[in-house]
Amino acid sequence: METIIAAVLVISGLGFLLGYGLAFAAKKLETTRDERVAEIEQCLPGVNCGACGYAGCAGYAQAIVAQGVPVYLCAPGGAAAATAIGRLLGIAVAESVPMKARVHCGGGDDVTSQKYRYNGVADCRSAAALFDGFLACSEGCLGLGSCVNACRFDAIDIDARGHVSIREDACTGCAACVKACPRHLIELVPVDRRVHVLCSSTEKGAVCNKFCSVSCIGCMKCEKACPHDAIHVSGNLARIDYTKCTSCSACVAVCPKKCIIDLGKMPAGV
Amino acid sequence: MHPRDIGLDTMSSPIRNAFLPHYLYIPLQQHIGSPAEAVVAPGDVVSRGDVIGKASGYVSVNIHTPLPGKVIAVQDHVTATADRVPTVVIEVEGRFSLKGQVSRQTDAWKSLSRDEIISRMKEHGLVGMGGATFPMHVKYSVPADKKITTLLVNAVECEPFLSADNRLVIEHGEDLVTGIEIALKALGVNRAIIGFEADMPEAVARMRGLVANRSNIEVLVFPVKYPQGAEKQLVKAATGLEVPSGGLPLDIGVVVSNAGSLVALKEAVVDNKPLFERIVTVTGDAVEKPGNYKIAIGTRVADVLAEVGLKKKPARIIIGGPMMGLAQYSDQVPVTKGTSGILVLSARRAAVYRHRPCVRCGKCMTVCPMGLVPLLLVSRVELGMDDEAKKHGLLDCIECGCCSAVCPSERHLSQAIKLGKLRHVAKKREAAGD
Amino acid sequence: MIKYASDDLVVSAAPHVRTRLRVPLVMWVVSATLLPAIAWAGYVFGPWVLVVTAAAVLAAVVTELAITLLLRRPQTVSDGSAFLTGLLVACNMPATGWGVLPLYVPVVASIFAIAVAKHAFGGLGQNWINPALAGRIFVFFAWLPAMTGGWAGSPAFDVVSSATPLNLLKFQSGMMQDGLQAGSQAVLGMRLAPSHGDLFLGLTPGCIGEISAAALLLGGLILILLRIVNWEIPLTYIASTALFSWIFGGLAMTGQAPSFFTGDPLYHVLSGGLMLGAFYMATDWVTTPVSFGGRIVFALGCGILTVLIRLTGSNVEGVSFAIVLMNITVPLIERMFVPRRFGTSEGRAA
Repeated sequence: METIIAAVLVISGLGFLLGYGLAFAAKKLETTRDERVAEIEQCLPGVNCGACGYAGCAGYAQAIVAQGVPVYLCAPGGAAAATAIGRLLGIAVAESVPMKARVHCGGGDDVTSQKYRYNGVADCRSAAALFDGFLACSEGCLGLGSCVNACRFDAIDIDARGHVSIREDACTGCAACVKACPRHLIELVPVDRRVHVLCSSTEKGAVCNKFCSVSCIGCMKCEKACPHDAIHVSGNLARIDYTKCTSCSACVAVCPKKCIIDLGKMPAGV
Repeated sequence: MHPRDIGLDTMSSPIRNAFLPHYLYIPLQQHIGSPAEAVVAPGDVVSRGDVIGKASGYVSVNIHTPLPGKVIAVQDHVTATADRVPTVVIEVEGRFSLKGQVSRQTDAWKSLSRDEIISRMKEHGLVGMGGATFPMHVKYSVPADKKITTLLVNAVECEPFLSADNRLVIEHGEDLVTGIEIALKALGVNRAIIGFEADMPEAVARMRGLVANRSNIEVLVFPVKYPQGAEKQLVKAATGLEVPSGGLPLDIGVVVSNAGSLVALKEAVVDNKPLFERIVTVTGDAVEKPGNYKIAIGTRVADVLAEVGLKKKPARIIIGGPMMGLAQYSDQVPVTKGTSGILVLSARRAAVYRHRPCVRCGKCMTVCPMGLVPLLLVSRVELGMDDEAKKHGLLDCIECGCCSAVCPSERHLSQAIKLGKLRHVAKKREAAGD
Repeated sequence: MIKYASDDLVVSAAPHVRTRLRVPLVMWVVSATLLPAIAWAGYVFGPWVLVVTAAAVLAAVVTELAITLLLRRPQTVSDGSAFLTGLLVACNMPATGWGVLPLYVPVVASIFAIAVAKHAFGGLGQNWINPALAGRIFVFFAWLPAMTGGWAGSPAFDVVSSATPLNLLKFQSGMMQDGLQAGSQAVLGMRLAPSHGDLFLGLTPGCIGEISAAALLLGGLILILLRIVNWEIPLTYIASTALFSWIFGGLAMTGQAPSFFTGDPLYHVLSGGLMLGAFYMATDWVTTPVSFGGRIVFALGCGILTVLIRLTGSNVEGVSFAIVLMNITVPLIERMFVPRRFGTSEGRAA
């Protein structure tokens, strides 16, 4: 019997002692934190992707409170995060259109010819370092997946033929893929712009026609068809001015190489 | 480590003059630094040794034509390292005589000053011939705050299966000694060490004989172990000192020059001959007549192979050596100042490597001459953790290829480390505001 | 203007001449060196040994095939690593008479080894635990009687189906000593307890791959000469086991006062799974340190733990647990032995 009582007393005693000790430490060793930092952090998605330019979501929240940096820098959080943070801080935030990554190349094994067979690390930058890549087109997508590896949201896919596609519902516009692509083929474009030129080749039409069947040959039919003066050919390549483009897809219909695409309706909830 | 013997020994093949080609494709970038600017146009007639490309900027050298002829184009052409490099195309015609161009052994050069010697280097297009092609005049213009004590002559073949430097020392040993003397004067230094590998006994003996009565030139022989010819490894073997991480040999008072570069220096200063031809080891199991050939800059590999003959279908054409050489997709690439070897392998000797997952055997770590752990570096690079890779010494890698060569999983370790470095450079450029 | 040479010119990344000792070759060679030991066990103890081996290997290969297909990973059956794992699992199964060891034991061990120990962690090169040992330990605890009993005898070789040598060491050390001293024929004219010679040749009951020290030694030496297996681990493991068993082995023998430096190192080294473990398990590339110093520490730890478990643990055999316990510590060991970078003075990553 004594052992039971002794055991209970000892354990209870220890419990009380340690409990008070913890409470004491919590008070005594407390660090002062601005509560707003924690609240702002709650509004952020917690992905720690660094797209805002700060060290993770905590770093961004800290910077907002301490340095007053803009509240709309969070790409994954988007307008929702910006508005919520604005509400917390009492700032009005304008609605902005989400940006999505678009790859300006339609190349792949089935449409683009190759210069040589490559045997090395499966990374676009490594392949591009060897004679400007194994594609006959020195400006096109090599399809080895540097962008796929860089994307933290699984928003980029490359199929077996080397064609890149971006899932709009997953893409947050963080621009990691833009930096990863050694050919600078990826651009961040507002999601409501649905028409894109899938070519980045500045070669003359006669030349690039030989090595890729969906390359832009600079024929200017699109420029003539556009009612909004939004697409122009310069340097043998058609380029869309997204500030003027209304996604009417008049250029899509006339392009003889089928290198301008219309992504169709915007998916819901983007 | 040393790569497995695939029976390609050309050490005893004497230097032969290669056939002269009908066309020369002379790239305007054959050196580290800014490309030369063409000073000829289509239609111009040029003579042997004429300047066809002028140095543009400080880190740049002149480029000369080895043969007389007519310029027919200045256009983009493929080279061993890049796809489109501005190239002067010359149709070879006309006559030239080698009569007046006998190799002289005069002492007239001794009246030249240091600065005159160094400007000769730039005018005559001298670059490092071990393969790096760094402009010689830049290397020898040592900043005032660096104190140089020793000239280290690299007579160790930079890669296995190459033998050009070996034959050069055996057949032109006196030229090398003169070249060393000129280099010593250019540096203002009086001590030279010539490093050889143990598989070059004839060259060692020849050199020992030539410098027997010179107390300031020492001959050292090192065991056969790739990459003994790499700069940092050679400096350590010869002087016992390690070049600090991120530094250069001149930080510890040493200037390293390839034996071929110093022979070219002698020819430039004594014979007034610019750099427009070089000894190239042409070898490989697909080659009919392997050996060491003196080839004019601008000769296409296709022309060289037509001369030496191919007895098997080539599966790899490698410019350089087996460890660091560049595999080519076109035989139209020209021989340039940095082409130390042409290695043509048949399918039997060349494999396609599968880059399997790492099995942590540690062989890469055992062979790394820089004390790095390639399996760790590559795993970080593959995960995108470049900063951590740099902390573990990514930028110290000399890209010798030893790690990839021993990897049982056939991983492209050396290339993956190079990828980390490429991303580092891209990031720096982006930060500097592209 | 650019002329394309024939299709046959591949632009490979440097270096272009590489080692011929590639992973598939290594796996098949190691498998080949194990076959003599297994064949000997089959010869001495009967064909059920070979059936068990076939079951383990088949289960391993089929599991690997199934998982690479299901997880859509590149097909790796041909690289021989699943085959080798199956063989090693079989080596850890008791050599029994026909039908005594239920076949589901090696099959489940193989499935666990491949699916859980190897692929659940990422496939080849990503496992932290030796897969064969993981499978063995799993079925050891799941089916304890099957794994610790049923030892076959061999009338042809006068081996009685009694306890294994280590069993004798722990529970019947008197008989063990009699057997060693009297040269084993003395007790009832049958090999009730083995002599050192029996242990070396492989005439004692035990697990399939543990029996013949001679065959394992030969296989191990071949692997060392081919530079597939490093020499420092087997040497250190065997030496440290011998040393510590000599120092501490005499503490728990019946019929004598406990004393130091009276153990029988040869008995310890030649019995149980030590030879198999030292040459084949503890030298596994994936689960052991990459550096020379790290490997010495690893093998030393294995030796200490093996002797500790054998002498004081409730288990008769300590090799598999010792190796697995040391596998866990490998990342820490590796941190202690980072090579010195050329041109710096530290050996640690800054």
